[in-house]
Amino acid sequence: MVTFIQQMINGLSQGSVYALIAVGYTMVYGIIKMVNFAHGDVFMVGSFLGLLAVTHLNLSFVPALLFAMAGTALVGIVIERAAYKPLRDSQPITLFITAIAVSMLLQNLVKVKFLAGPNPHSFPAILPVENYQIGSVFFSAIQIIVFLVAVILGIVLQFIVGKTKAGYAMRVVSYDKDAAALMGINVNRTITVTFALGSALAGAAGILVGIMYPRLEPTMGIMPGMKCFVAAVLGGIGSIPGAILGGIIIGLTETLTKAYISSNLSDAITFSLLIITLLIRPAGLLGRKAFEKV
Amino acid sequence: MRRMKKAGKKMAVLCAAAVIGAMTVMTGCGAAAESDTIKIGAVVPLTGDVPALGESAKNGYSLAVDTVNAGGGVLGKQVEIIFEDDENQPSKAPTAAQKLIAQDKVAGILGATNSKCSIPMGPVCTENKVPMVSPTSTNTKVTLEGGDYVFRVCFIDPFQGEALANFAKDKLGADTAAVLYNMADDYSKGLAEAYMESFQAAGGTVVASESYNTGDSDFNAQLTNIKETHPDVLVMTDFYSTVGLIAKQARSIGIEAAFLGGDGWDSADLVTIGGDAMEGAYYSVFYASDDTSDAVVDFKEAYRKKYDGKEPDGYAALSYDAAMVLMNSIEKAGSTDSEAVRDALEATDLNVVSGHITFDENRNPVKPAIICTIKDGKAVYYTTVEPK
Repeated sequence: MVTFIQQMINGLSQGSVYALIAVGYTMVYGIIKMVNFAHGDVFMVGSFLGLLAVTHLNLSFVPALLFAMAGTALVGIVIERAAYKPLRDSQPITLFITAIAVSMLLQNLVKVKFLAGPNPHSFPAILPVENYQIGSVFFSAIQIIVFLVAVILGIVLQFIVGKTKAGYAMRVVSYDKDAAALMGINVNRTITVTFALGSALAGAAGILVGIMYPRLEPTMGIMPGMKCFVAAVLGGIGSIPGAILGGIIIGLTETLTKAYISSNLSDAITFSLLIITLLIRPAGLLGRKAFEKV
Repeated sequence: MRRMKKAGKKMAVLCAAAVIGAMTVMTGCGAAAESDTIKIGAVVPLTGDVPALGESAKNGYSLAVDTVNAGGGVLGKQVEIIFEDDENQPSKAPTAAQKLIAQDKVAGILGATNSKCSIPMGPVCTENKVPMVSPTSTNTKVTLEGGDYVFRVCFIDPFQGEALANFAKDKLGADTAAVLYNMADDYSKGLAEAYMESFQAAGGTVVASESYNTGDSDFNAQLTNIKETHPDVLVMTDFYSTVGLIAKQARSIGIEAAFLGGDGWDSADLVTIGGDAMEGAYYSVFYASDDTSDAVVDFKEAYRKKYDGKEPDGYAALSYDAAMVLMNSIEKAGSTDSEAVRDALEATDLNVVSGHITFDENRNPVKPAIICTIKDGKAVYYTTVEPK
């Protein structure tokens, strides 16, 4: 039983990171119906920006977190303006391929020698490394902080989307872009804000992962990116609470598979979840059913 | 306007033709100039997940070539070494070897550094009859599957596993062991299997055997299972960058077992990533850096001089040895004829930095393993385990 609780904690801390990345996926999809495959790489850029903030600018945790979030928000805006906006009205497949190109571009940019280089970097310990123990269940300060940051950012995001003017605009644009434009909503600006927010969350996840697993490399965004796509679909793509739920489910599934079945199967089972969701409940756990407009 | 466009097109075609022509002439020149030097190739992981090992290997090779060239070269000619990066990826190593053989026409190849790259690279060398000497690939398959032209200058995993198992049993008094390895890496898997077999043969019990995949960074699930079994030692057979992460997570969920590992740990970055969690861990290496024999002292001094005071690690030493063994064989063979060089390699009887080298029937050397321990963030010599 103790082991099971420990495994649940392991899964939750992994899941909270996935949730942060999945939310960005889901927001972008919700607003322009596009799967931004470069999202995992924005997460990677966030990790490296965090490293830059800590090692070269000597910032502490919270300023470094904000620095990484601001940096990735900017990266998100540039990507949207330069690569996606000119193609907004073209075929979905064109946007999809462009996203893959952006993903490759980011990876290889970071790989350039005078930026980060191809070699793995270690993240300095900027948070307390204390471990706590209740009975024989262990958890670390870092795990709690990561979980708390994920929850806080989730709440802030829910507030922005649900209660602010910008959030209202986002929801309207996601519902009907053309009608929103007729009502005087600046669609371009709303889409840019959405990209900035989603990317900032990926940046936060990036620095948190850097602290939790201190080995940064340019390819570190690929696998989490794919898994969080699964999480977003599982929760219902376009739904923010769904993405958080999906992220946590993926984290738990992965950990419990490794613990009780076999680590050989953990990725296979994670990705089967995508297929099963699409077969049984294509709209996802919390997603709304999309009606074809006639 | 249209005419200008046409003219531009013609220009472009002409330019392209000129460039291609120039390239043909240049390659022609290259082939003619070839006989002035003896070319050897080296396949090294300069980028990828273990670049620190790649840099050490490159430094070791370069130092050996410089030393030989300063002493008059091989067969009266200077030696030129050509480096290819395999990124520590099994798919890239054979291509790199292919390029060295076909394009650069090398007399022999040094590398690869890691077993998973050497295993697919060996058959390419044997097929083309080009001798290959790996410095640090410890998996048995490297020479078995590689064929007659593949040699190495390091001990093999069954011996390393046995040395670690006996060390754990006799010196650390361990009765139970847990093993955590990378199932997608031949080196990691081979060493883990060798350890488990020897530890059980020595009367110990393997209480847990868990695995993960290349690129994983969360090991808490596996470690929680391992913690349940309360092992005396935790054996991690991966490379320094992953081991550092595992060690940190293991200590943070309360595993108190002693950490044990193989030659893949041998990098200063182990402590950079693993931090305090690495303190008191033991691992086996190819050569003892605090050895006071002339060969080791001279090597260390030359290395420091060439690389701004940097200390050589085991990878640099073994790579130096591999290059020395290959160049010695070309000299002994009297030509770069590949069959003659191969036969000379087989008959090697040479004193090098990591000890005395002769080859057995499977083209593996017979030599002892050194056990190091991490003390105050630095690796220090602990004991020597002789081959039985």
